[in-house]
Amino acid sequence: MLELKDISLSFNGSNGDAKEILKNINLTFESGKLYAITGPNGGGKTSIAKVIMGIYQPTQGQILFNGEDITNLSITERARRGLAYAFQQPPRFKGLYVEEVMRIANPAIDDMGIRSYLRDVGLCPEDYIGRDLGPSLSGGETKRLEVAQLLAKDALLTIFDEPEAGVDLWTIQKLISLIIKRHRENKGNTVVIISHHEQFLPICDEIILVADGEIREKGPAASVWPLIRDDIICNCGIRNECGGGLIEAQQYR
Amino acid sequence: MKLSSIDSQLLKAVADLHGIPRGAFNIRKDGEGVLRQSSANIEIVPKRDKPGIDIIVKPGTKNESVHIPVIMTKSGLKDVVYNTFIIGEGADVTIIAGCGIHNQGDQDSQHDGIHEFIIKEGASVKYVEKHYGQGGGQGKRVLNPTTIVTIETGGYAEMEMVQIRGVDDTIRTTEAFIHDKGGLKVVERLLTDGRQKAVSNITIHLIGADSSGQVLSRSVAQDESQQVFRASLVGKNRATGHVECDSIIMGNAQIRAVPELNAESAEAVLTHEAAIGRIAGDQLIKLMTLGLDEKEAIDTILAGFLR
Repeated sequence: MLELKDISLSFNGSNGDAKEILKNINLTFESGKLYAITGPNGGGKTSIAKVIMGIYQPTQGQILFNGEDITNLSITERARRGLAYAFQQPPRFKGLYVEEVMRIANPAIDDMGIRSYLRDVGLCPEDYIGRDLGPSLSGGETKRLEVAQLLAKDALLTIFDEPEAGVDLWTIQKLISLIIKRHRENKGNTVVIISHHEQFLPICDEIILVADGEIREKGPAASVWPLIRDDIICNCGIRNECGGGLIEAQQYR
Repeated sequence: MKLSSIDSQLLKAVADLHGIPRGAFNIRKDGEGVLRQSSANIEIVPKRDKPGIDIIVKPGTKNESVHIPVIMTKSGLKDVVYNTFIIGEGADVTIIAGCGIHNQGDQDSQHDGIHEFIIKEGASVKYVEKHYGQGGGQGKRVLNPTTIVTIETGGYAEMEMVQIRGVDDTIRTTEAFIHDKGGLKVVERLLTDGRQKAVSNITIHLIGADSSGQVLSRSVAQDESQQVFRASLVGKNRATGHVECDSIIMGNAQIRAVPELNAESAEAVLTHEAAIGRIAGDQLIKLMTLGLDEKEAIDTILAGFLR
C-alpha cells in the first residue's frame, strides 16, 4: 500500500549546517494492518509521519502509495488520495466550529454521524458540536476532537501521532481502544499509531522502532515488543546495550 | 416602492433582508427615507431639523426588532444622517442597521451615519451594523460611522459592528458612557483588501459603580490595505473593562493596534491583549491534511476568524 524507499530528510540548523533527521528509511505499510512506530523522543517518528503526509519534503528517496509515486504531491493531493494524519498537538482555530471541521474531514457526514463520533471520543455532542476549536478548549479536548475528525475521515491510511500525549490516563485507554476497534471494523484500511503505550504495542501487527533517524528494529509485535519490554534494547535504540544505559522502558509501563 | 435587484443585493448583505421586513423598519436609499413603518411599541419619527430619524422604543418592549438599513446606488452622493435611538426602561430589543454602497461611477460615494443611543434603566439592546461595498467604478466607497452610546443604570448593550468587504475608506468612531451596573460589549470585525484604509477609534467611559465594558476586535488586512485600531477604556469608578484586538495580516498590509487603559479610580480593573500575526502555518497544514487546498484553507480560516 505505502512504501518509503531510501528516504532521507535534512534541515539546516541554526549554524547553517545540515542536520540529518531521517537516514535512508525503508518501510512498507500493508493494507489492513495496524502498525506502531515507537522509539525515544527526537528519534524521527513524527518526521516519518510528516514526510508521508507531505508536510516535510524528503531530501532523498521516493514514496509510493498504491503504486503511485506521490513524493512530489502536495499535502492536499495526498489527503485526497486517502492519507490522513492526526497531529500530536493539533492547532486551534478561532471561530471555526467543531461541526464545520468534521464536515471538512468528511463532507458526506450528517448531523447524526458527527454526534456519534463525538460520543465515541467521550465528548457530549450537545456541548461540543457548536463550539469553536479556539483556545477555550483544553489540550485533551482538542486531542479527542482530532481523533474524532480522523475517524470520520476514514482514510485508507491514517497516522495517529501520539494520541496519548496530553490526555488523561482514562482517556488514553479509551482513545487507543477506539482506534483499534475502528481499525478492526474497517478491514482493509491501514492504521499507524506513533505511541509509547505499553498496552498498545504488544497487540499491533508490527512495531517499528525508530531512533536517531534510523529504523533500529521492525517486525511483528511478537518479536519486537519483548526486546523493548525486557530492556534488551538500549536507550539509543540499539540492541544488546551499547553502554548508553537501557531504554527508558518505564515510559511503556 | 419596488426594490431593484441591486437594492435587494445590498439589503441582503447588510441586513440579511430578503424583502420588506416585518415590524418596525426604515429603509433609506440615496439620501432619502423611502420606506418606513412603525409598530405598536417602536415608533420611527423623521427629524425636523436635520436628516435622520428618531427610533423610540416603549418601556418594557420585549423581543422586538427594528431594521434601519441604508443603501446607496448613486455615484458621487454624500449622505449624512443623524439617527437617535431611545430605548425605554426595561425594554429588550434588537436593532439591525448597516449600509451598503454600490458605486459604479468614478465619483466617490460616502455615507456618514451618526447614531446616538440612549439606553434607559434596565434596558437591553442587541445592535448589529454591517457595512458593505460593491460596484466596479473608480469612485471610492466611503463609510464613516459615529456611534455615541449612553447606558443608564443597569442597562446593557451588545454592539456587533462588521465591515464585510468593499469599503475603500472608513473612519469609525464609537464613544460610550456607562453608568451604574451598566454594561457594554462591542464586537468589531473588519476586513480590508486592495488599498483600502480603515481607522477605528473606540472609547468607553466606565462612569458608574459596577459598570463594565468589553471590546473585542478581530480584523484581517490583505494586500496593501492599512488599518489603525485604537481602543480606550477609561475607568472612573469600581468597574471592569477588557480590550482584545486580534488581527491577521497578509500580503503587504499594515496594521496598527493601540489598546489604551486609563484608570482614574483605584477600583477600576482594566485589562487588554493585542495580537497581530499571519495565518499560522500549522492551521493551514491541518486543513490541507483534511483535503482542502491552500486557498480553501485560507478562506475557511478567515471566515471563522471574522465570524
